[in-house]
Amino acid sequence: MRFGGLLAVNDLSFAAAGRQITAIIGPNGAGKTTLFNCITGFYRPQVGRIALHHPTGVKLLERLPDHRIAREAGVARTFQNIRLFPRMTVLENLIVAQHAALMRASVFSLAGLLGLARYRQAERRAVDKARHWLDRLNLIAQADDEAGALPYGSQRRLEIARAMCTDPVLLCLDEPAAGLNPRESAELNTLLTAIRDETGVGVLLIEHDMTVVMGISDHIVVLDYGRRIAEGPPAAIRRDPAVIRAYLGETAAEDLPPAVSGDVSEADGC
Amino acid sequence: MEYFLQQLINGITLGAIYGLIAIGYTMVYGIIGMINFAHGDIYMLGAFFALIAYLAATTMGGGSVAFGLMAALLATMLFTSLWGWAVERLAYRPLRGAPRLAPLISAIGMSIVLQNFTQLTQGARVKPLQPVIHGGVTLLKANGFAVSLSWLQITIVLVTVALMLVFTWVITRTPLGRAQRATEQDMKMAALLGVNVDRVISTTFVIGAALASVAGLMVTLYYGVIDFYIGFLAGIKAFTAAVLGGIGSLPGAMLGGLAIGLIEALWSGYFSIEYKDVAAFSILVLVLLFRPSGLLGRPEVEKI
Repeated sequence: MRFGGLLAVNDLSFAAAGRQITAIIGPNGAGKTTLFNCITGFYRPQVGRIALHHPTGVKLLERLPDHRIAREAGVARTFQNIRLFPRMTVLENLIVAQHAALMRASVFSLAGLLGLARYRQAERRAVDKARHWLDRLNLIAQADDEAGALPYGSQRRLEIARAMCTDPVLLCLDEPAAGLNPRESAELNTLLTAIRDETGVGVLLIEHDMTVVMGISDHIVVLDYGRRIAEGPPAAIRRDPAVIRAYLGETAAEDLPPAVSGDVSEADGC
Repeated sequence: MEYFLQQLINGITLGAIYGLIAIGYTMVYGIIGMINFAHGDIYMLGAFFALIAYLAATTMGGGSVAFGLMAALLATMLFTSLWGWAVERLAYRPLRGAPRLAPLISAIGMSIVLQNFTQLTQGARVKPLQPVIHGGVTLLKANGFAVSLSWLQITIVLVTVALMLVFTWVITRTPLGRAQRATEQDMKMAALLGVNVDRVISTTFVIGAALASVAGLMVTLYYGVIDFYIGFLAGIKAFTAAVLGGIGSLPGAMLGGLAIGLIEALWSGYFSIEYKDVAAFSILVLVLLFRPSGLLGRPEVEKI
């Protein structure tokens, strides 16, 4: 993916499996979010292929328009800066995520206009699913509040709930722990592993909080300057010299007194 | 008092018509942030389709007024929606993502195209229609002045109220309306959740055009004359109504339409009919000076 003279993501290939949490880490500007933007159809990569093995067949994401990526390929996403529909209620946010199914059932609102039974069933199913996730994420009491009025941590959880309401096979989370306090990010860890185990969704995770990354990832991909510099299970990544170099810089690590550099790498967890 | 009541009735009727057109402006602005300057001309097309369909239907249907009106209503909604859809498809969709000025210019161009097309195909002379719905009720009679409420005025207000109720229901309760509100708040995010944004935008134009076409039918019946140029002033007035109510706000558009209609009717009743447009636009200037986001608009809050 190239922006003018800047090659943001270059010659990058990796595989992320279903029922696994794959973390993507790297210094700022490494191309992590650009990668997500390619996967979810914000950008179209100039070269290369993004293949998703969906139960209904292989989907080539780089060829689908954005709304079909969600609908047919089953890719859902959350954002670094939260993008809820702030002036809709919490419940409505989750119902919109099920728009495609409801639209089919309502035949462009015509059946809805006539109040047909089939449509009412579909609507009930949508509300049930939304309620299930609200229960899961402790948001049920706020169901009728405006989403924009929720506290920050709840907005983060709601974004995950909304993504799950699209029935994804791949869930892309862009820094879900950003701005959360330690207790909230511990809760996030439990939530994400539970989602993985229960629904079998594949999770792609961009995260800077190493307690989250090292705690729950099954697999880690490290990017720097748009290239993959390392890949493997958390234990191996922690010791990988290329990763340490990218995060700390070669000479910088040597310049630090041993005690300090030990602290830094411990704090970073790599 | 009687005179005031009469002007009130006239103003509400006029306001209902402006309100119907204003919804088209405010909806399109809400969803893609552009002023659809061709919307007034869509309304003008609606009036022409209504007139043609009415004349054709009464000629074929043996002169039954009710049949003629139903045919006119359905035909004008169908054809005008089609035009509304086509205008968006041809003139605005290719410019999605272009700087904001580009679709605005394109809209002005589209407005000129529609006016000239109608002038060429229908002629430049005004088209008259004999009064179709006669009579009414006299509410009260005093001091030699009778306050009358015609059946036509009642019809116009009732049809408008019914359409607005249906429309409000669609926006707040149906999947389509939810998708529209979602697209309005974050277009990209809506697409990522599987909402076909292009289709939602097309539907918005179709609904706006359908409402404007009903306004076109009612104006044809109310005033009895139309020409290819009526879209301009009505469009500007309805746009004013949308801004007055707070552009982007649907109840605002209805309220703004009512306000403009009342201002016009009362001003022409008490001062001078020649300056009624000046009065309407002056009120707009005043409102914008003191409430830049309109009566019901939400002010843009800048987070620091």
